[in-house]
Amino acid sequence: MADDKHNAQAYWQANLRLIIISLVIWTVVSYGFGILLRPMLAGIEVGGTDLGFWFAQQGSILTYIVLIFFYAWRMNKLDKEYGVDEE
Amino acid sequence: MSQFAINMIFVVGSFALYIAIAIWARAGSTKEFYVAGGGVHPVMNGMATAADWMSAASFISMAGLISVGGYANSTYLMGWTGGYVLLAMLLAPYLRKFGKFTVPDFIGDRFYSSGARLVAVACLIIASVTYVIGQMTGAGVAFSRFLEVSSDMGLIIAAVVVFMYAVLGGMKGITYTQVAQYVVLIVAYTIPAVFISLQLTDTLLPPIGLFSEHTQSGVPLLQKLDEVVRELGFVDYTADVDNKLNMVLFTLSLMIGTAGLPHVIIRFFTVPKVADARWSAGWALVFIAILYLTAPAVASMARLNLMTTIYPAGPTADAIQYAERPDWIKNWEKTGLIKFEDLNGDGRVQLYNHTPQFAEKAAERGWKGNELTVNNDILVLANPEIANLPGWVVGLIAAGGLAAALSTAAGLLLAISSAVSHDLIKGSINPNISEKGELRAARISMGVAIVVATYLGMNPPGFAAQTVALAFGIAAASIFPALMMGIFSKRINSKGAICGMLAGLISTCTYIFLYQGWFFIPGTASFENIPANWFFGISPLSFGAVGALINFTVAFVVSAVTEKPPVHIQDLVESVRFPRGAGTAVDH
Repeated sequence: MADDKHNAQAYWQANLRLIIISLVIWTVVSYGFGILLRPMLAGIEVGGTDLGFWFAQQGSILTYIVLIFFYAWRMNKLDKEYGVDEE
Repeated sequence: MSQFAINMIFVVGSFALYIAIAIWARAGSTKEFYVAGGGVHPVMNGMATAADWMSAASFISMAGLISVGGYANSTYLMGWTGGYVLLAMLLAPYLRKFGKFTVPDFIGDRFYSSGARLVAVACLIIASVTYVIGQMTGAGVAFSRFLEVSSDMGLIIAAVVVFMYAVLGGMKGITYTQVAQYVVLIVAYTIPAVFISLQLTDTLLPPIGLFSEHTQSGVPLLQKLDEVVRELGFVDYTADVDNKLNMVLFTLSLMIGTAGLPHVIIRFFTVPKVADARWSAGWALVFIAILYLTAPAVASMARLNLMTTIYPAGPTADAIQYAERPDWIKNWEKTGLIKFEDLNGDGRVQLYNHTPQFAEKAAERGWKGNELTVNNDILVLANPEIANLPGWVVGLIAAGGLAAALSTAAGLLLAISSAVSHDLIKGSINPNISEKGELRAARISMGVAIVVATYLGMNPPGFAAQTVALAFGIAAASIFPALMMGIFSKRINSKGAICGMLAGLISTCTYIFLYQGWFFIPGTASFENIPANWFFGISPLSFGAVGALINFTVAFVVSAVTEKPPVHIQDLVESVRFPRGAGTAVDH
């Protein structure tokens, strides 16, 4: 039972860690590159405009997709590793 | 064959398909009415979620707003997709594990209080009804054009169709019809975009075309567009914005709101397993992204095409003669959504930005003000006509726009009706209500919601996408924080949650009503809705993120000074965090 509880806590911590890493990336691409840091990326030209514009209109969306699939894949694996998956 | 006949074939044909599916999958029991028996595959569920999600706001209105606002309105693109990341990581799997029907179910159980449940019902209804207003606005625009009636008449026709459609089937009907609607709307959205991308940039894929060379002039498309609009006194299409605080808060409101909207969350109750809830969010975003990556291309290309139509020899030469205006302008004039006034009496159509900075240049050219007013919401629908595409493409986009409005309105009405019949009546007022009585209450509440939304849709608080953005603000400020704290904190108790939700809801609604009219009733706004009047430059559209922060803060403070939740509630929180042992969604 004690071991179970320890295991459960480790699983939850692993989940939280994964969420935090993902949300940091999520923040950087949208609020960072797409909005606040756009002036800093102004020198990098992309098709008639700059990289910040690309992140705001396309790059962030593509990143979100990768993030969700990565999270789903990693968590579904963690479920099995910690033995908390549905049979 | 006339364009009207072609439109009718596409619209009626697609409707016949949806209704046939709805009848085929007609809901029998209450459980099927709400969650389709819990057996929908993640890819199918993702597609249905995408149709449910992408409403008139995404399909009809969003590209128009980006087209006018340029970079500044990228907020819609990031905001309405980024929320899925929050959903997939912070809500969907745990709510699926919890395994009940509705959002108030979770809030009521987690915060062990029928008070919390009632507050959640109120938040849900306010957010959803606001959202339906936006849908009705968009559907009204589409119907008015394709049936060639006034926009108010279009709105009433839309209300009748949505009502019949939503009342007929429940969730199950909706899940399969929504897969069909997704296919219709995505084909309708991308085909004209591909044609236009080929015309302007020789590039097959519009998202790539957006960053490609404009074939005719040999400079990049966006650079060309910047040059044209600058010449006419508009801000550069790709120009950066000054008020970054507002841009950040607006994006955040849309993201949090996405994750707090009950009709989207309810989708994740319908997958078989917790693991599938995570995949479903990913698939939903893939299907959504197909439209969202196309939209910015549509926006910029339509703007350029519009300017080229008005100034065929370039922005420095004369505008077209009103008498020689193309048919699409004549058609849209009938709906009242395009207006022309010959201010300088030269018989030409000057479309430009009449600002003090541009006054000198305008005087030089003999212009006395902007003469053509184009409603943003028509841009996507008029897009194929502006680009001279064949009639069947115009018919297709009519069917697609209506599919988008209809599918979302139906999903929202379902969320409203289940909140009233299941959470309010069965959960609080009359627990012994029969299944039949519950279904009847569900249908009556749908009817009431449509009537209210139609009335307010006649004088909407903004363009379809803006009205919808207000709904997101309300959901962001009230529902999302309560759900998230319910899962990630064992310490938040019922008092904290109730105070938090009320604080978030009331502060956000008050801020919105101050600028947009009390309860959206026209003419009752306390302040004119202009940036100079906003507190710290925060627009009513962006306030949801502030409301969410207020909600979190109040809930933490109140919980910290009151008692801990009971042990069985702490165990419940523990149990939703682990997938093992999740059955299918259950009734009480």
